[in-house]
Amino acid sequence: MENRIRCYEEISSETFDTENVVTDSSSDQVDVEAVILKIFKQFEKSAEIEPEFPVIRKRVHCQLLKDYLRTLPQKYECLDASRTWIVYWVLHSLSLLNDMPDAETLSDVVKFLTLCQHDDGGYGGGPGQYPHLGTTYAAVNALSIIGTEEAYNSLDRSSLQKFLWTVRDVDGSFALHKGGEQDIRGAYCAVSIAKITNTYTDALFDKTAEWIVSCQTYEGGFAGCPGMEAHGGYAFCGIASLALLNKTHLCDVDALLRWCVNRQMRLEGGFQGRTNKLVDGCYSFWLGAAFPIISAILSQENKELLETVLFNQGALQEYVIICCQALPGGGFIDKPGKHRDVYHTCYALSGLSVAQHGTGAGDPFIVGRPSNELNRIHPLYNVAPHLAYNAVHYFIRHPPPVKDKN
Amino acid sequence: MSDSGDSDVAWTYYKDRPEWNDVTPVPEDEGPNLVVVIAHSEKFVDVYDYFRAVLQNNEKSERALHLTKDAVELNPANYTVWQYRRDLLKALGTDLRSELDYVELVIKNSPKNYQVWHHRRVLVEWLQDPSQELELTGDALMQDPKNYHAWQHRQWAIKTFGLYEKEMDFVDNLITDDVRNNSAWNQRYFIVNNHLGWSDLNVQREICYTLEKIKFIKNNESAWNYLKGVLIHDKRGLSGNAVVTSFCEELYKNKCRSPYLLAFIIDICDEAIKKGETNCLHNATRAVELCQALATKYDKIRSKYWNYMCEKFKKAQQEEENNKEKAANMDE
Ligand SMILES: [Zn+2]
Repeated sequence: MENRIRCYEEISSETFDTENVVTDSSSDQVDVEAVILKIFKQFEKSAEIEPEFPVIRKRVHCQLLKDYLRTLPQKYECLDASRTWIVYWVLHSLSLLNDMPDAETLSDVVKFLTLCQHDDGGYGGGPGQYPHLGTTYAAVNALSIIGTEEAYNSLDRSSLQKFLWTVRDVDGSFALHKGGEQDIRGAYCAVSIAKITNTYTDALFDKTAEWIVSCQTYEGGFAGCPGMEAHGGYAFCGIASLALLNKTHLCDVDALLRWCVNRQMRLEGGFQGRTNKLVDGCYSFWLGAAFPIISAILSQENKELLETVLFNQGALQEYVIICCQALPGGGFIDKPGKHRDVYHTCYALSGLSVAQHGTGAGDPFIVGRPSNELNRIHPLYNVAPHLAYNAVHYFIRHPPPVKDKN
Repeated sequence: MSDSGDSDVAWTYYKDRPEWNDVTPVPEDEGPNLVVVIAHSEKFVDVYDYFRAVLQNNEKSERALHLTKDAVELNPANYTVWQYRRDLLKALGTDLRSELDYVELVIKNSPKNYQVWHHRRVLVEWLQDPSQELELTGDALMQDPKNYHAWQHRQWAIKTFGLYEKEMDFVDNLITDDVRNNSAWNQRYFIVNNHLGWSDLNVQREICYTLEKIKFIKNNESAWNYLKGVLIHDKRGLSGNAVVTSFCEELYKNKCRSPYLLAFIIDICDEAIKKGETNCLHNATRAVELCQALATKYDKIRSKYWNYMCEKFKKAQQEEENNKEKAANMDE
């Protein structure tokens, strides 16, 4: 009952009440709601004719993604230092859509990622670029998704571990690259990389959990660094890395849960990233994925299984499918009026998957036709659960070879 | 993004510049097959071919410094270029003041970029001179009062160099402009937490300030969250502050059903239960009622969450009733 689809009337009764005090925040919100209501209205009309609506145009998205895996238009120049990210976003999206590229293409991708691997360990955003925690996380996840021996063996784990040490600070925090900025993304990427590749040691992450907890704010979410505002992307980084470190008891989970549930927009159905900001498709994942993590923590704490996720899964699916699909060309967007991009495509789909599968226990809840179902994700790594396990186990079974001294 | 197209009439490719003819450009090593290859402009390819050459040769020269400027203009998110530029500044002993002006310009063009703000921070650290940072971030926040990067840089400068003096006025103005600006509320918390301190006096003053703002608009989550944040530092807690509890009950009596108000009263009940200090207003039964009202009427999008909370309070309610029964039995 709590997951059913909302009718137009119900949605339109949720418009923002300015209480006669109009400010920049409220007028932005009112504008977005007007656009979204129009789209929901239109949708209701077409749904009367086509009862299987809404539909995810899987084939269109897959085609676009496969094209992007080869070449991207010039407007992607701004992502020239994030090409391993593009690889991950595309492969993960295709994996969710259950349409992986052929083995030959995947082998090409492994060769490309190897070119991005730096002699000092870790991966740069492109060939020859300095190693960076974000682009390394993306490369490691991409290799896990590919999941072949060639992919696993292309990773130089001895130098990777050295790289992790060079970006670690004495207080347990991590800089994104040598000489670069330091924030909670660094901590999450480092933990996730180290856990998947079996390069984790207690010493490498000494005090890291404490540092992450110092980023939890009075609102309950996590900020990029201590003192800053709670933010959806950073909240995911915070709770996911604490979970990977088995240190969630150090943070206030009830406060985090309250903050997270409040990020779901009452009219739009999607998530905002911060209090009094606008809805955005990518937070479908950053906030959405926090929920199965929180449910797992609460189950552990209360010793009573919480099999569900505590947000409105139907409303999130409505927002992503009806308002964020870029058609006819394919891809997903932040919100109506914005251009599609690979980042939003990946995280809208990832969030949609969480909205469909919840904690993974019980039957999935699929809005629209049954073929809308996507594959599941592992909420801590954001790759498919079996791909994460395969990689973890491979790297446990094959400890890093001792490097040749020559 | 700045225009990197070929409309740039005066532009001369590096490959056509005589002062660069001693350098062999290094094309991107793409491997045998196309993987996420971006269709770069000719200018982009040319500049980066020379940047790769400079990087490979580890050339530390004025012309290399100039080249990084062109590279950064084409892609301000290229952290390798910025890092190499910092290495160059150090090696060449470049005047950091002019670099400060330069990065200010880049920030104005790309205010939402990690690398540019980080570059700025390193320069300020090297110079140990934060005198322009409040103005710079102030300008960026005029353009976008919620720019996360600008706030982060501002907090860093304030914390590192102790620039708290006028910050409360700055925040006051922003909250007056837009009382829903959550970043401004967060900054308010930052100032009290790091500078003014949570003395009893400051706690009470912040509570009064916040209640005034809530009176003004009741559906403002930012103000309610701040109120809760302040009360973390009140020794009497959420449920023990009579000013706050009576303010909330007054609103409730006057038919205010803001979900944030109801949630706040639930939190008061929760604390009272945990402390064993329930009363006729704040107890498990009230919490159950409010959770149900939120789930079915005032905050339907979060019905799952409120039903979950409701179940928790029902257990507490059961205990409350058991205790009452016990007490009644004892009286007999
Ligand atoms: Zn987004």
